[in-house]
Amino acid sequence: MQAAKRPNPLFKNLQAKIAAIPMIAVTLIVFLGCSIWTVVYSFTKSRALPLEEFVGFYQYERLFKTSRWLISLENIAIYGIFSLILTFVIGFTLAALIDQKIRFENTFRTIILYPFALSFIVTGVVWQWILDPTLGIQHSMQALGWESFQLDLIADRDLVIFALLIAGLWQGTGFAMVLMLAGIRGIDGEIWKASRIDGIPTWKTYLFVVIPMMRGVMVTTLVIIAAGIVKLYDLVVAMTNGGPGIASEVPAKYVYDFMFARANLGQGLAASTIMLTTVLIILIPWIYLEYGNKKQKS
Amino acid sequence: MSVLAYESTPEKATAKKARSVEPSGSRPTRYLDPGRIILYSVLFVAAVYYLLPLYVMVMTSMKGLPEIRMGNIFSPPMEITFQHWVKAWDSACTGLYCEGLKVGFWNSVKITVPSVIMSIAIASVNGYALSHWRFKGSEVFFTILIFGSFIPYQVMLYPLVIITRELGIFGSLSAVVFVHTIFGMPILTLLFRNYFASLPPELLSAARVDGAGFWGIFFKILIPMSVPIFMVAVIMQITGIWNDFLFGTIFAGIKNFPMTVQLNNIVNTTQGVKEYNVNMASTILTGAVPLCIYVLSGKYFVRGIAAGAVKG
Repeated sequence: MQAAKRPNPLFKNLQAKIAAIPMIAVTLIVFLGCSIWTVVYSFTKSRALPLEEFVGFYQYERLFKTSRWLISLENIAIYGIFSLILTFVIGFTLAALIDQKIRFENTFRTIILYPFALSFIVTGVVWQWILDPTLGIQHSMQALGWESFQLDLIADRDLVIFALLIAGLWQGTGFAMVLMLAGIRGIDGEIWKASRIDGIPTWKTYLFVVIPMMRGVMVTTLVIIAAGIVKLYDLVVAMTNGGPGIASEVPAKYVYDFMFARANLGQGLAASTIMLTTVLIILIPWIYLEYGNKKQKS
Repeated sequence: MSVLAYESTPEKATAKKARSVEPSGSRPTRYLDPGRIILYSVLFVAAVYYLLPLYVMVMTSMKGLPEIRMGNIFSPPMEITFQHWVKAWDSACTGLYCEGLKVGFWNSVKITVPSVIMSIAIASVNGYALSHWRFKGSEVFFTILIFGSFIPYQVMLYPLVIITRELGIFGSLSAVVFVHTIFGMPILTLLFRNYFASLPPELLSAARVDGAGFWGIFFKILIPMSVPIFMVAVIMQITGIWNDFLFGTIFAGIKNFPMTVQLNNIVNTTQGVKEYNVNMASTILTGAVPLCIYVLSGKYFVRGIAAGAVKG
């Protein structure tokens, strides 16, 4: 299609260029412009309103002296690592189980995926109720006669992040399962025949043949889930609102609170710049990998 | 540009049937096989875990407060009542106002409908331009767009507040629609671009020879051929926008808070007695819309997810 060269290059595809104006505007103004604005103003003294008074790394120094920010970072790290590992393990296990030509495959898939259709607010509110130490599961189990049953994660400063994790996994593992199942189903049936003829047990085939072949799906899932973890916000607001105390604060919430509730813009912008940097650290190797692959193909 | 294999399930299913016909040693009697018993047990336990919150939600919403305080969260209500649902809808308190969730529901409708239409209209044209009318630099914009979808929203929030304020729409429904249209663009553009690119180019060449232009081809040929992908996009956007919390809190303004924000305000107000039954009824009502869409759309919802993992 591109081969049909026309005389005037400026008017070539004029309609397409006009049609693409919203996209061009959004990429330049929002995705590039706004991000750069945030990075630049994170080096200023801005408080309630943006100011053009540059103070170098002052906001960052303050940020990393604030215990709330450090707790936020620690929380997101713990949540992130556990969430990634468990999402992959649970997601793949469920996908492999569902792949066993089971009956009611659709029913199981529907049940496992439905939480993904719900918002983090709904998820947070429900799990807040289930894990409620005085009236939730703990209370019910004790009332049923299991006196020593303890499940007060949500009220425990050290463990509250795992309460968020339980809720987050409930909401998100179905998504991983669907992607993994698609990956498993995308593998050539010949592979299975071959491994069967060689007498390799099914689980070994999954582990050593199927997973390595699913690299593409795995990497994509990883990037999507990781980018989602960095954004973690709604769930915390709905489930613990950062509590008890500041034990379950996360970076995204720090940004929001300092920008909009505490009128300390500089801190909010510095914190969001750190978030951006983190995402770039995840993203750039991935793009490099993808780009490299494409070069090989062509 | 390989779409994940989910969409080619029919062929795969037949391939799998063929594979299961292969003789492989002594065939076990299928239903008494201990392996399969374990398999189904594990799946059953998983299903219980996923269903538990839904069950608890529904049960709690139909119990009276005394029963909630006494009993356990798993027990079914002694007598079923829907009065808490009525209260949640009509008169639950969100901080200052006691007008119930219905306000949030209608706000969410007013946000979701135009956002879905706007974002899909723009993204489908983008996808069309990017797949069949590439111009110099179009791929660069596309790459930035996809890159942008991974940038945390927090990074762009404040500048967007300034932009919407300058446009005079901050704190109104238009601002939320505006923001949803922007942030829906990357994934939807990707979705449409990949779908349109998979259509045979000869079709478009033929139409061009017949004199159809950019818009002619789009409206007369592509759209009628692409109803399924529009369905996928609509479902993706309705659930995504309905479930949004962050943009609703910041851009909508107090009077226009969507349902999720209202739900959070109802549940997490610190004043007064905590009415767990009303809270759970509110939660069900808020989750009901995306849940219904999920159940009714099934296949399309799953395709939307797979589209998220499409490699461009």
